[in-house]
Amino acid sequence: MDRGCGPITVVLRGSVTGTVISDVGAGPAPGPPVGAAEPLLRLRGVTKRFGPVQAVVGVDLEIPAGQVTALAGDNGAGKSVLIKCIAGIHAPEEGQISWEGRPVHFRTPRDAAELGIETVYQDLALCDNLDIVQNMFLGRERVRRRVLDEEDMETAARETLSSLRVTTVRSIRQPVASLSGGQRQSVAIAKAVLWDAKLVIMDEPTAALGVTQTAMVLELVRRLADRGHAVLLVSHNLNDVFQVADRIAVLYLGRMVAVRPAAEMDRQIVVDLMTSGSSTRSAPPSGGAS
Amino acid sequence: MAKVDEPAPGVSKEEERSEEAAEASAELAVSPELVAGSVSEYLRASFARIRAGDTGILPVVGGLLLVSIIFQSLNSHFLTAANLVNLLLQAAVFSVLAMGEVYALLLGEIDLSIGFVGIGIGGTVLVELLKPSGADWPWWAAIAVALLACALIGLLQGSIITRIGLPSFVVTLAGLLFWQGVMLKILGNGGSILISDPIVIDIASGNLTPLASWIVVLVIVGLFGVMTWRRDARRRAAGLVAPPPGLTAAKIVGVLIGGVALVLLCNADRGRLVPIRGVPWVVLVVFGVLALWTFVLGRTRFGRYIYAIGGNAEAARRAGVNLARIRTLAFMLCSLTAGIAGVIYVSRLRSISTSVDGGTLVLYAVAAAVIGGTSLFGGRGKAVHGVLGGIVIAAIDNGMGLLGFDASTKYMVTAIVLLAAVTIDAVARRGRVAGR
Repeated sequence: MDRGCGPITVVLRGSVTGTVISDVGAGPAPGPPVGAAEPLLRLRGVTKRFGPVQAVVGVDLEIPAGQVTALAGDNGAGKSVLIKCIAGIHAPEEGQISWEGRPVHFRTPRDAAELGIETVYQDLALCDNLDIVQNMFLGRERVRRRVLDEEDMETAARETLSSLRVTTVRSIRQPVASLSGGQRQSVAIAKAVLWDAKLVIMDEPTAALGVTQTAMVLELVRRLADRGHAVLLVSHNLNDVFQVADRIAVLYLGRMVAVRPAAEMDRQIVVDLMTSGSSTRSAPPSGGAS
Repeated sequence: MAKVDEPAPGVSKEEERSEEAAEASAELAVSPELVAGSVSEYLRASFARIRAGDTGILPVVGGLLLVSIIFQSLNSHFLTAANLVNLLLQAAVFSVLAMGEVYALLLGEIDLSIGFVGIGIGGTVLVELLKPSGADWPWWAAIAVALLACALIGLLQGSIITRIGLPSFVVTLAGLLFWQGVMLKILGNGGSILISDPIVIDIASGNLTPLASWIVVLVIVGLFGVMTWRRDARRRAAGLVAPPPGLTAAKIVGVLIGGVALVLLCNADRGRLVPIRGVPWVVLVVFGVLALWTFVLGRTRFGRYIYAIGGNAEAARRAGVNLARIRTLAFMLCSLTAGIAGVIYVSRLRSISTSVDGGTLVLYAVAAAVIGGTSLFGGRGKAVHGVLGGIVIAAIDNGMGLLGFDASTKYMVTAIVLLAAVTIDAVARRGRVAGR
């Protein structure tokens, strides 16, 4: 990894222990037992400008393994820019990104992918004319003596799909064009898992799906986190957010206005934060999950 | 239809039900050999798939049968051994040129220049290098340089298309004009240059001996059979998606019948004055190109990336595929294949002349690829489509000729067949998208 090059100040933070989850106005996360360890990914003061426009300003965020972190925000709040900074598509002008306690600097999506950051994009990035196995291995095909090793790939793809309990597809040799929206999303997620992603970023994974398909994908998201992957879920849909998220981060006009455990939020607080950047309401006693 | 994946025990009733609709539509689109448990199920699945719009090579095979029946009923000379072998010779240039065009079409692009690049430049370079009064090169060196010239032209055009980002239609249209000009420049005014190299002439005019024909064809069929059987058996043993044994056997027997029929056809005496027997060399050349490009497209990373780019270029880019490199290489192979067609063309006519009509040839190549089943919209197609489409075009040409029609009618009929093929492609595509 290229260090000390480019404008990002790099500070080694490997010795920080007992990290609390960064937040505005709330205490440390009581949630799952990851609290004491170094978070998988940590952003400090990340800023990204496009000319005079400040898309993301001084964002702090920590993404622990084994949890679903939801990133909420209105249109134009900077959600997409932020995940593109994490995925290596944009290079932030200021701020630090640390991965497993070590400072890193992504110059291309490849750099991020090598560390284990995979992004499942809104438009899925699947080739309709290729089958499930071919899509899952696209760009990283296994070869034996320069010839594609279909048997090896098919076996690995099948193991990954069944480990995620994606069992609704008829045949993993069917073209992706013939899959339902939820199945396509499942394939895209399984692709990330197959490539050993430690952090899976999902951009509006349920935007185009019906009710049952959405439930299927959310169940898969939950399963990913339970298997120890970190998940960063970008969503408009507060139903989805409260259903699967362990922690909720809210962006407002490029600034991170809150990062709190989902149990300390409810729908109204999140809406207040998304639309005005602050909320005077107090957290519900029993959590906001519906 | 075999049920391959039972829902996991924990899955809720509701989820199961919701997937039924998706499964019902998926059932139609799955490659039938992947889900079927027996030959009868395979046939049933195939039928369902055709109804759903994914037709494969069926339309072109059906079209070929239809064309044969029509011409045979109008002129009983059409289905004689002599005429059918002649038809294969006629088809060779179209088929090889169309296999080149498949590379461009798979990317969702088009190459309009390969008529003049392959036949015009490739043929002219070959003839100039063979001229006894000129370079007088050995045949292999002349062919190698001719093919190299074509490949370099493809590399140049591909680089312009991918690096500068110009539409392939415009770049190759410019190529069509430019290389026609270069060809005319080299050949001079109204020139026609003959070749006398016996080996180059033999490519299109020579035949294997009847015994060698049997040996070569049976060896090829045997290799195909052993490889296919072993691969399918291995996949079945590993529990992977594989066709049932009956289907594998049927496929091998089908190829064997085809091979035997070809040899019987070619070994029948088709000479008028002296006996002529045996499989023409050019059939082996076409088959060799077909086998090579089928392997490259189906079994290598490069081929996989061509399909990926044609299906969703953005997805391929995000997966780390170097789009510019793959596209440029594809245009290079397109022109290189056209060069092979140029060699066959020169060998068949035993000359090259300024009357080479590269414009019509390339349009026939596009038509052949599409008639064969390659999609104009990118991402779907195979080398074999070019070969089958080339045979259809040659059959129309040949049959209309036998019936005494002139070029005007041939063009009109070919146009109608092309339109029918594109319609099938577009309708099938619509069916697929709607079926999702």
